[in-house]
Amino acid sequence: MMSTDVLVVGGGAAGLSAAAEAASCGARVTVLESDLQLGGQLIKQTHKFFGSKDEYAGTRGYKIADILLDEIRSAGDRVEVHTNVTVTGYYPEDGTITAMRGEEEYFRVSAKKVIVATGAQERLIPFPNNDLPGVYGAGAVQTLMNVYGVVPGKRVLMVGAGNIGLIVSYQLMQAGVQVAAVVEAMPKVGGYWVHAAKIRRLGVPIYLRYSIKEALGSQVVEGAIIQEVDDRCSGIGNEKEIDCDIICMAVGLSPTVELCWQAGCQMKYVPHLCGYVPLRDRTMRTSHKDIWVAGDASGIEEASAAMVEGRIAGLSAAMSLGFKGDPGKLDEYWSRLGHLRAGEVGEKIRAGISQVMVDGWEE
Amino acid sequence: MHLIDQHPILNYRHGRRVKFTFDGKEMEGYEGEPIAVALHANGVRVYRITPEMKRPRGFFCAIGKCSSCFMVVNGVPNVRTCVTPLEEGMDVRTQVGKGKVSI
Repeated sequence: MMSTDVLVVGGGAAGLSAAAEAASCGARVTVLESDLQLGGQLIKQTHKFFGSKDEYAGTRGYKIADILLDEIRSAGDRVEVHTNVTVTGYYPEDGTITAMRGEEEYFRVSAKKVIVATGAQERLIPFPNNDLPGVYGAGAVQTLMNVYGVVPGKRVLMVGAGNIGLIVSYQLMQAGVQVAAVVEAMPKVGGYWVHAAKIRRLGVPIYLRYSIKEALGSQVVEGAIIQEVDDRCSGIGNEKEIDCDIICMAVGLSPTVELCWQAGCQMKYVPHLCGYVPLRDRTMRTSHKDIWVAGDASGIEEASAAMVEGRIAGLSAAMSLGFKGDPGKLDEYWSRLGHLRAGEVGEKIRAGISQVMVDGWEE
Repeated sequence: MHLIDQHPILNYRHGRRVKFTFDGKEMEGYEGEPIAVALHANGVRVYRITPEMKRPRGFFCAIGKCSSCFMVVNGVPNVRTCVTPLEEGMDVRTQVGKGKVSI
């Protein structure tokens, strides 16, 4: 059995930040990551981040992953990291955690405190042939081209004009792949204007109030039909056939929260945060006294916020074990989150957070 | 292999190039990279056939969460090929239906 002070489930933006912070207080930390590499979605991002200097604004996402990994390395043997290990269960009777390395080796983990930084999973929308090979999640397309340098396809239809749809469209063009069009069911672009402008300048049409009607092909994607939709997303004609071999789905993410359910954390469905998420206090602790949450698992938001939430969770989990941390940092981290969530763009997140934040838990 | 040869920002670092087979056909990929990625680079799109509707399935989430890329690897069915590292000489096969475990 593996044992540790603080177990961090997930080695992405939130998890690595949590691990670095908890280790800096002196805690022994174990990070379990299901992917073959650390860094989560950060390693797939070629664009420069926004925010302030504290969140590495102006630095490209994959470079931010390097910075976090350096910080983890500098903690020496206080942080143990395992990739290709998937946490499969939390047993609330005695807090045992089960995990599997690869596909066949199972083992147990005993941890004093757990930080759930499991991220998110991609959504799919219903349309005929949406299961055909060639209909890929946006994150999967990024994995192929930005992590492994594999050409995803020749010509892509992007479904969704939120930040992910816009950024991945641009990344596809960086990789030399044609983007046939971006369709967006809403009447306006959901992502930042700067990302939309970049792909429009390169001649990619963004069809607003359009959605995909069906994928064409029998064995693999050979094209797509898009159509104009009304307020309720029902088709109202004006169909167009799009020549493409990849249909990239950027229609949102859902928090990955199975472990929180298994542990019996109090959960709430909050549309602003894109699904069920655990209630949490100011330290990112859930209703379970040994479990913290950070990053997209606590509600879909940007990587910058995930990193700050990871810091909060790491600091608090370590301090709960009696390790020395600076409690003033908590205020600093919350003020950073406040800046990231300020203004019109943060409105939705603020509305969501207000529904899941509790003043404190009864001991 | 369908690889990106020039990228304005990224420099790709690959490991050792190794041989493996897909449905008996020899292919090449990079050791330690996901099997599903190596297959995609070799132009393979269909990874399994569903049990009931007999529909083709391939790559989808690439993070081990969706089960679309289950294949039979070295005789073991239901392997998440998007998070399983490629090894020299691996026998990778299209999974038809639920796959069978030989005991």
